Amino acid sequence: MNEQAFTATIDKDQRIEPRDWMPDGYRKTMIRQIAQHAHSEIIGMQPEGAWITRAPSLRRKAILLAKVQDEAGHGLYLYSAAETLGADRGDLTRRLIEGRQKYSSIFNYPTLTFADVGVIGWLVDGAAICNQVPLCRSSFGPYARAMIRICKEESFHQRQGYELLMTMMRGTEAQRAMVQDAVDRWWWPSLMMFGPPDAESPNTAQSMAWKIKRHTNDELRQRFVDMSVPQAEALGVTLPDPDLRWNAEREHHDFGEIDWSELKRVISGDGPMNAERLANRRRADEDGAWVREAAAAHAAKRREATARERQEVPA
Amino acid sequence: MSGEVKHEWPLFEVFVRAKRGLNHVHVGSLRAADHEMALHHARDLYTRRNEGVSIWVVRSDDVVASGPDDKDAFFAPSGDKVYRHPTHYAIPDSVPHI
Amino acid sequence: MSFDDAYQALTDHDDDARWAYGTGFADPLAGVPTALPDGVDGADLAAYCLMLGDDALILSHRLQQWVTRAPELEDEMAIANIGLDLLGQARLLLTRAGEAEGAGRGEDDLAYLRDAPDFRHVRLVEREDPDFGHLIARLLVFSTWRLALLDRLATSRDPVLAAIGAKGVKEVTYHREYAAGWTVRLGDGTDLSHRRMQDAIDAVWPLTGEFFAPHDVELRLATAGVAVEPASLRSEFDAVLTEVLHVATLDQPAPVTVGRTGRDGEHGDELAAILAEMQELARATPGGVW
Repeated sequence: MNEQAFTATIDKDQRIEPRDWMPDGYRKTMIRQIAQHAHSEIIGMQPEGAWITRAPSLRRKAILLAKVQDEAGHGLYLYSAAETLGADRGDLTRRLIEGRQKYSSIFNYPTLTFADVGVIGWLVDGAAICNQVPLCRSSFGPYARAMIRICKEESFHQRQGYELLMTMMRGTEAQRAMVQDAVDRWWWPSLMMFGPPDAESPNTAQSMAWKIKRHTNDELRQRFVDMSVPQAEALGVTLPDPDLRWNAEREHHDFGEIDWSELKRVISGDGPMNAERLANRRRADEDGAWVREAAAAHAAKRREATARERQEVPA
Repeated sequence: MSGEVKHEWPLFEVFVRAKRGLNHVHVGSLRAADHEMALHHARDLYTRRNEGVSIWVVRSDDVVASGPDDKDAFFAPSGDKVYRHPTHYAIPDSVPHI
Repeated sequence: MSFDDAYQALTDHDDDARWAYGTGFADPLAGVPTALPDGVDGADLAAYCLMLGDDALILSHRLQQWVTRAPELEDEMAIANIGLDLLGQARLLLTRAGEAEGAGRGEDDLAYLRDAPDFRHVRLVEREDPDFGHLIARLLVFSTWRLALLDRLATSRDPVLAAIGAKGVKEVTYHREYAAGWTVRLGDGTDLSHRRMQDAIDAVWPLTGEFFAPHDVELRLATAGVAVEPASLRSEFDAVLTEVLHVATLDQPAPVTVGRTGRDGEHGDELAAILAEMQELARATPGGVW
């Protein structure tokens, strides 16, 4: 296979597979995109993971534990896809904890109350689904297949979040206030999850040509706003944007200006929780080193023992 | 630190039989120190929603694969054996269940 | 699944059986009669269900504390799985305790509104794990004991306990296998891991005495064919542990005997910290619905 065949495959809307010829730029971009996505799943376990032991009912506890476990699984599907391109998970993990590779900025915000668990499911997972559903058609086969599996599982995540919020809205005045407060804190960061506006997104054109990105940031953001408005109404919460209104001419909702300086600050490492999220991940990796080494040492001993036995048995 | 740090455990490919009567299908990979651990991890990772009845794990470096450039040599010869394909046989619509 | 309409992807959920919780999964108690068996004292049965339920609930809590801290992501999955299984057992057992008690308390009342002296778990499950070796050592002794117990419970005269036992056997078989696998890898791994695994076994061993110390409630219900007599589990426990520790090149500590136990409500300071964390939000929101 060569460049011509690569381009022809993309043009026919077929998938590129790991052993196919591909441009270096495509390989690097895919590894970076998949690794960042995997890192986001793994770091994303922390904000909600903090509430598992404190969940206020055993049913919610089971749901949350299953959800956070799913996120570890999603991280693994994605690292697995990245490894088909020759990346090594140990190396990618090192890049994450040394701050050389990014993860989604949304996970640098703190989870202050249990309502945050619901709002993360509704808005953050909802935004993630908007981003990810088109990626089920990514031109890179292993990534597309991982995304299909992930999207299936994410829809449980969004539904459990929304159901928790509906339940809390039927509860006490204090619970309703908790939900509104969480919506106020998470709405704008959720909109930032789609990335910078198209005008400032230099890689978009190449990524669209390679079919590893299917819609622009602004298109996806608009779709998310349009989806969320009726859901907020049904829930009985107010989205914290005075400029949010239906535009009959565009047949879309208009919404207010996003504070891009905040996104830049959080992406560059200055969000409320950046340092703690990475420190936790680093500690887990370091604390586990002796365990991983022991397992590798044991496996090596067993291989040697098996080899010795084979030598001793006459053929 | 360099970018050369390699994972301590080898990579395994995982194949799952979704239900009786179907083939094992490749679902992805994982890291494990040995085969037993790989099977355990595969169960946790790839079948936690009751997706499987049987799992195979194979060390990735034991898989021998045809290269994409071998495509013609490997697969073109069977491309003309049209009789292997069921649509080769014209059967009247009036014949049921076939 | 529709690829471009995210909305539809969310509502396209006719295969709910795939989800990890809730709908589509077989209810382990479907069709099981819930009336108390003849001649069984409700208070005794409630106390017994709390014992087994609290064991699972508190150990699950300790496993939940490992989330995001496991040595490898694959183990993250395994530990969460085991925590979920035990949480599921706890929910069934606390619910049964509430039924047997007959005072209208449900699983959440029992988990969130009891104080430390009312908990009935063995003290082993309270300990904080200083490292992964301790997590494994505790899981090994706990799941070896509990598998033997659940296996016998599957023939209990109480149909609910019998169903819980039958379901639990499948789960705990896997837990024991996971713990035994790691005990061998760490015991027969590096010098450092061998030392740490031996320390962990030595640390949890004195707490295994409680497994076999009979409580009056257990003895009465065992006579009635409902509960498992604790001392009857010792030979299976010893046989499995001897085998695993031998393969792991670890020394087996001497047997221990105990006085008052967690089954009597005797607990360490660590339980207060667990309950403070677990119950804080539920108690701080009176009238809240979740």
